[in-house]
Amino acid sequence: MTNSPFNGVSPQAQAISHVFIISLVVLAFILVLVLGLVLFVMIKFRGREGEAEPPQIFGNKKLEITWTVVPGLILVFLFILTVIYANRSDPSVPKGRQPDLVVIAHQWWWELKYPQTGVVTANEIHMPVHKKWLVRIESADVIHSFWVPRLARKMDAIPGHPNHIWLESDSTGTYWGTCSEYCGAQHAGMHIRVIVQNQKDFDAWSNEQQQGPNIPQTGDAAKGQQLFDQLTCLNCHAIKNIGPNLTHVGSRETLASGVITNTPENMARWLHNPQAVKPGCNMPNLYLTNEQVKYLVAYLEASK
Amino acid sequence: MTDSNTTTLSAPISLPREYKGLLSWITTIDHKQIGILYLAMTFFYFLVGGIEAIFMRIQLAVPNNTFLSPNSYNEIFTMHGTTMIFLVVMPMLIGFANYLVPLMIGSRDIAFPRLNALGFWLLFFGSLMLYFSFIGGGAPSAGWFSYAPLSEKPYSATPGLDYWALGLLLMGVGTVSTAININVTILKYRVKGMSLKRLPLFVWMVFINGFIILFALPPLNAALVMLLVDRQLYAHFFQAVAGGSAIMWQQYFWAFGHPEVYIMILPAWGMISEIIPVFSRKPIFGYGFVAGSTLAIGVLSFAVYAHHMFAVGLGHPFNIAFAFSSMAIAVPTGIKIFNWIATMWGGRIRFTTSMKYAIAFIVLFTIGGLSGITFAVVPIDWQVTDTYYVVAHFHYVLFGGTLFGIFAGIYYWFPKMTGRLLSEKLGNWHFWLTFIGFNLTFFIQHFVGLLGMPRRVYTYPNLPGWGWMNMVSTIGAFVLGISVLIFLWNIFISLRKGKPAGDNPWEAWTLEWAASSPPAPHNFELVPPVNGRRPLWDLQHPDTPDWKLNKAES
Repeated sequence: MTNSPFNGVSPQAQAISHVFIISLVVLAFILVLVLGLVLFVMIKFRGREGEAEPPQIFGNKKLEITWTVVPGLILVFLFILTVIYANRSDPSVPKGRQPDLVVIAHQWWWELKYPQTGVVTANEIHMPVHKKWLVRIESADVIHSFWVPRLARKMDAIPGHPNHIWLESDSTGTYWGTCSEYCGAQHAGMHIRVIVQNQKDFDAWSNEQQQGPNIPQTGDAAKGQQLFDQLTCLNCHAIKNIGPNLTHVGSRETLASGVITNTPENMARWLHNPQAVKPGCNMPNLYLTNEQVKYLVAYLEASK
Repeated sequence: MTDSNTTTLSAPISLPREYKGLLSWITTIDHKQIGILYLAMTFFYFLVGGIEAIFMRIQLAVPNNTFLSPNSYNEIFTMHGTTMIFLVVMPMLIGFANYLVPLMIGSRDIAFPRLNALGFWLLFFGSLMLYFSFIGGGAPSAGWFSYAPLSEKPYSATPGLDYWALGLLLMGVGTVSTAININVTILKYRVKGMSLKRLPLFVWMVFINGFIILFALPPLNAALVMLLVDRQLYAHFFQAVAGGSAIMWQQYFWAFGHPEVYIMILPAWGMISEIIPVFSRKPIFGYGFVAGSTLAIGVLSFAVYAHHMFAVGLGHPFNIAFAFSSMAIAVPTGIKIFNWIATMWGGRIRFTTSMKYAIAFIVLFTIGGLSGITFAVVPIDWQVTDTYYVVAHFHYVLFGGTLFGIFAGIYYWFPKMTGRLLSEKLGNWHFWLTFIGFNLTFFIQHFVGLLGMPRRVYTYPNLPGWGWMNMVSTIGAFVLGISVLIFLWNIFISLRKGKPAGDNPWEAWTLEWAASSPPAPHNFELVPPVNGRRPLWDLQHPDTPDWKLNKAES
């Protein structure tokens, strides 16, 4: 399925699709009228060599009033639609309603917090089907914009100005989204996924996320865990929050905010040189040895 | 109505100036030479901005392309937008106004010739300041709109943005001074008989444009100073972490930025309003409504700016208010479209290259205008803003609209400026390649935007439909590139071998066609009597002058 706004799977997104279609029909009618008039005039009033000057007409008040008032009425109609559908596609938030999910945009990834359960993850929103979630949208640095075309309107993530939208889906599946306010070098590499699950699957996922991952106590993964603690990974990935929380990174579908799929090969490629995968991103090339990469990949992929 | 005699102007202010040699171009204070300087400089930057666009289209031709690095791409799209807006469209129109307004109102020069030269040179050196950034530590890369806090020091550490802000400040000061200059000229230097009600529509629109410039540029200049203070002196006007406001930048920027859209279209409307009547052999239909609707747009243009901010999250009442004004401004815009068509109705249309561009303007501008209305329907904006749908929309307005208008104007006034006609044969090729290339490049961008592709991305994943649509767009860009080469050749060859134009090759009716081609340094020996809006029509048709045909309005 394409990611078109006409393909909405929530009442809010469908409302936008409806008003869009009505507006396009009205505007297409005006376009056809103008095109028709221009073509007619071009054919009918083509001048020929040596013809005398045509009658000089300076205007007509009735006509002028017609093409002022009629478009005016059409626009009044569109304005009324705007008011109605603005509320349908973005209903107001009841007082005191707490968010179900907090999205914090970073250069260039999405931090996701579930306040009810304390789950913290990144770039892939898990949510249950048929639930109308209130999402709070914040930014940790510059302005970003949260946009999942098939589920909801776009909303900017602005430092110092938290925003709210409703997120909802009528069917399970993975819905693609992207940052849609220019935010610097890797604006293009800031995808988001919304994974809509039935309640049971969502609960299972949520429970898993609330427990620590089961890392084997011996072998490559254990060595990787040691490396992770010894090297400077935690500086950014936990303490300063510059990079995403990696506790359950092995359970994610993608890496680097949707730039590559999460496979051991891609993880290794990323660890060898993040700048080759996502140039300009905030993770530097740490010049890890092949062995270090191998252990770290084993550890991170085991972190489910 | 008295039939006054030919008006004799006062003696030239000084002896006719030396008109040749490089030095004359640097020291000139003649409005025509300065006008040509504007046109030459802006055309040069049109080529630069075009090359930047070609680079972007090569990078975007296929998914996951690595032709440009993200930083280079971001610099190039920032410079493309900044160049096309501040160094091409706006000053090109000012250049036309500089050249044409004194001629059209029968004046010897502009009110303050030295200030006029200053305005041009501020623009010139501002542009050098901007482009110096490429060798001065990196070009700006925060977009032409430079949203804070991305444009602040912590996120844009290289000096590119400082060059950007300083360059724009210089240009802004120059633009404001020139707008004042032109408007004083229109108010004080009209020839006898040229009442405001008889001004050619191009002059009317330039006049209203002058006021928009006067009120729109200060918010930009103020915001640029604040940004510079933030960046250089560590203030925090736009930094939320320190108590500033990122949204405030947007309020300032769009308080300038949307009137700017009208600054970039009004003079083009003026050109179209001159060209369509002449090639339809009829006066403009509804002069009063065309001029009056432009005045309405001038006022309303300041009340619509926040439709650029519907996704900011400022609440329904705020959004709805600006949706209302944005829809209201569509009415006076529509009036013009219908008036132009009514002007052609019943005429004897001559399909010169200039007229082809003017008719294409009507069609393409209508498409851009109608897609513009979809943004005023706020929920639609919430989906399509910051996608390629927007890119398609504003290129229909600024390229399909303004640039097509400018090309119509160049084919129309080139003979006056040089004494030679541009080749119609090459012009025909130029027109059709531009028309096809333009639509190939931009029409499909509506759809790629509706498939979810955001703007300002240096590359994109191979999502459904994106790849082939971007390839079509890139092919269109190359067709456009070829059309520009043909245009350059046309200028080059016509300057040398073009047919001599004579004073009035199109049998037009406004005063500039009474001057010689090119006009003498002092413009006119004698100015024909002005008893109506079309002094040369009256001269050609002594039995049926306008003031007899149209008693109501003359």
